[in-house]
Amino acid sequence: MSGHSPLYLKNRLYYVLLAAGGLVALAGMFAVYLMEHHGHVITGMNNQVVWGLPHVFAIFLIVAASGVLNVASIGSVFGKSIYKARAPMASLLSIAMLAGGLAVLMLDLGRPDRLVVAATNINLTSVFAWNVVLYTGMFSLIVVYLWTMMERRMNGWNKTAGLAVFAWRFILTTGTGLIFAFLTARQAYGSAILPPMFIVLSFAWGLAVFHLVQAVTYAWNERQHDPAIMERTKHLLGIFVIGSLYLVTVYHLTNLYFAQQVGFVRFILIEGGIYPTLFWLGYIVLGNLVPLGLIYWPGRKTNCVIASVLVIAGAFALLYVFIIGGQAYPLDIFPGFSASSSFGDGQIASYSPSIYELLLGLGGLAIAFILTTVGVRIFNFMPQD
Amino acid sequence: MNINDLRRRNFLKTSIGAAAVAIAPGFLLFDIAHGKAQAVSGKVRWGMLIDTAQCQEGCNDCVTACNKENGLSGGTSATDSQWIRKVEIKDISSGRKVSLPMMCQHCEHPPCVDVCPTNASFKRADGIVLVDRHRCIGCRYCMMACPYKARSFVHEPLTDQNPDVPRGKGTVESCTLCVHRIDKGQQPACAESCTNKAILFGDLNNPDSEIAKKIRSVASVQVRASLGLNTGVRYQGL
Amino acid sequence: MKLFASLLLCLCIPVALAAEVTGPKLDIGKGGQCVEDTQWMRKNHPHLLNHQRDETVRKGVRDTKHSLKGCIECHASTQDNSVTARKDSFCVGCHSYEAVKIDCFECHSDKRQSAWVQRNAK
Repeated sequence: MSGHSPLYLKNRLYYVLLAAGGLVALAGMFAVYLMEHHGHVITGMNNQVVWGLPHVFAIFLIVAASGVLNVASIGSVFGKSIYKARAPMASLLSIAMLAGGLAVLMLDLGRPDRLVVAATNINLTSVFAWNVVLYTGMFSLIVVYLWTMMERRMNGWNKTAGLAVFAWRFILTTGTGLIFAFLTARQAYGSAILPPMFIVLSFAWGLAVFHLVQAVTYAWNERQHDPAIMERTKHLLGIFVIGSLYLVTVYHLTNLYFAQQVGFVRFILIEGGIYPTLFWLGYIVLGNLVPLGLIYWPGRKTNCVIASVLVIAGAFALLYVFIIGGQAYPLDIFPGFSASSSFGDGQIASYSPSIYELLLGLGGLAIAFILTTVGVRIFNFMPQD
Repeated sequence: MNINDLRRRNFLKTSIGAAAVAIAPGFLLFDIAHGKAQAVSGKVRWGMLIDTAQCQEGCNDCVTACNKENGLSGGTSATDSQWIRKVEIKDISSGRKVSLPMMCQHCEHPPCVDVCPTNASFKRADGIVLVDRHRCIGCRYCMMACPYKARSFVHEPLTDQNPDVPRGKGTVESCTLCVHRIDKGQQPACAESCTNKAILFGDLNNPDSEIAKKIRSVASVQVRASLGLNTGVRYQGL
Repeated sequence: MKLFASLLLCLCIPVALAAEVTGPKLDIGKGGQCVEDTQWMRKNHPHLLNHQRDETVRKGVRDTKHSLKGCIECHASTQDNSVTARKDSFCVGCHSYEAVKIDCFECHSDKRQSAWVQRNAK
């Protein structure tokens, strides 16, 4: 025997990957332990920038988790068979990313030991409280949906379950957008365009993640992807990217029309240092223009993976600018006055993420990775075209 | 009925009996006839009127008093709690300068209360907006929502707190209008300590109170009044 | 069935052992007459702590008979004025014995108020 068979090596690789994911998740747990013990003072978050890098990771995971179900919805609700075949994998991805995102959010709380309190004291006017219901309901609904697909006797219920999942995640992503839309006091938020913007962003980001995972699983199983299917899904990604770029543009343009908002827009788009850099280079160029070029340049035969990776990178850039840049700009408490104080009034807040926040965010990604890897291995999620 | 069913029945009877005996004492509700104070009522609405003309740039008496009363460190780093702060503002067009203290405005329609997922941020019947630290999970959503940036998050473990002002790591806090003093009939520490008598505290709902009379006669505004929050703190001279 | 019976018997061993022990030794501070009788307090102090606090915080009902500060004023040790400083301090003694973690004192001062005021008066 000259060495091991490819299957043996592949099995080994599986466990190595799982161990790697486990290590990252463990590192994230360690960061949580330190944050719990020493308080948030060890992170870069402070009284001016209260939500930081963990929230960037968490919101990406949650938004993408909702969007990845689009693949399933186009199948179950609109009856397109190539998408229907991909619905189980999309559902698995959704559960995995939702779990990862929620883990990051909950572990970043100042008092994560009070989760039972959060679940039992619900303030109906709070979007966060609604999210407790929406996210847990999403888990259950996806499980039911998977059941209708994987159990032959339940196949008849697939369309109903698909419709329920479709409606629920629209409400869920609207809820994610509303978290920010309801913040009337801040110039970066408090806008009715945020829920639709988040919904279209979820389409783009979810599909990008799906492409990536699909490509990896196909490569792992040494299967070739039908080029016709690739074309369809590639175009879909292009449409979603254009749609989300449109909404982000509208969001900034309408802001520009309000004289009181101009300062904020200038900060985010021109003067704010890292924020304009991330926005233009990270989101617009890398996250939109290059992928669109890869997708639509005539005669190009791309496998969509690079475009997807770039879209995901652009997502992180946009969320960083949106969440952190939005908090860095000072609140306009006294319109018409310039302000200064010991509490950062009138000053751009500074934020530099600590290693603990990065570890926590990566830990969430690792959780999603582990769930996906194990799920794909154990269950039959490969699309049967 | 076979022997197993009988055994099951007996098991259920004894375990339910044992459970009942264990839980029963917990239902021992007590009601004290004496010593029970009254709940605060909405007949009163506490508020403050701040005369910015009396407020001097460089004077920090209210901040010092608040820190001392509530056990705050007095530090001003990015992670230190500040329940009240002096803000120096300058009119952009005219250059006129104003100095004023900014703290929780105790709104009638507080955004922080709307967004708190656990009802930890709440408005007491007499208008004081507080954080119930027993319920706060430290999500900081209220800090995002506050139009006045009035809230602080406790970033470090605390020790040696004032027994009247419990505060701890992982929860959000803000000006309590010195609720522990008000309930004893005293004034908030900032109002009492201001040497220039710039802070007037009182019952907004009582037409004969000093603050109500003054608000009826002199011009005063709420900060960010366009948000429609109807704050309990008003400012003269803005 | 035999396995079940033997498992139950094994569980009885710690109960038997515990019956020998007299319980933790507590520094009850000033002691004297408590606002309620001892057995009532042992059974109901969680209820007081969990529900009376809502009355106080949310409704402003400051029941001096059942206030936490009142408990600490009497029961803090006369040596270090605290209910949590040492292993036999009033709250810590029983709670570490029962392995029931309490997080009251992350926020609440464990010192009797009269001592704190004395120390911090200027």
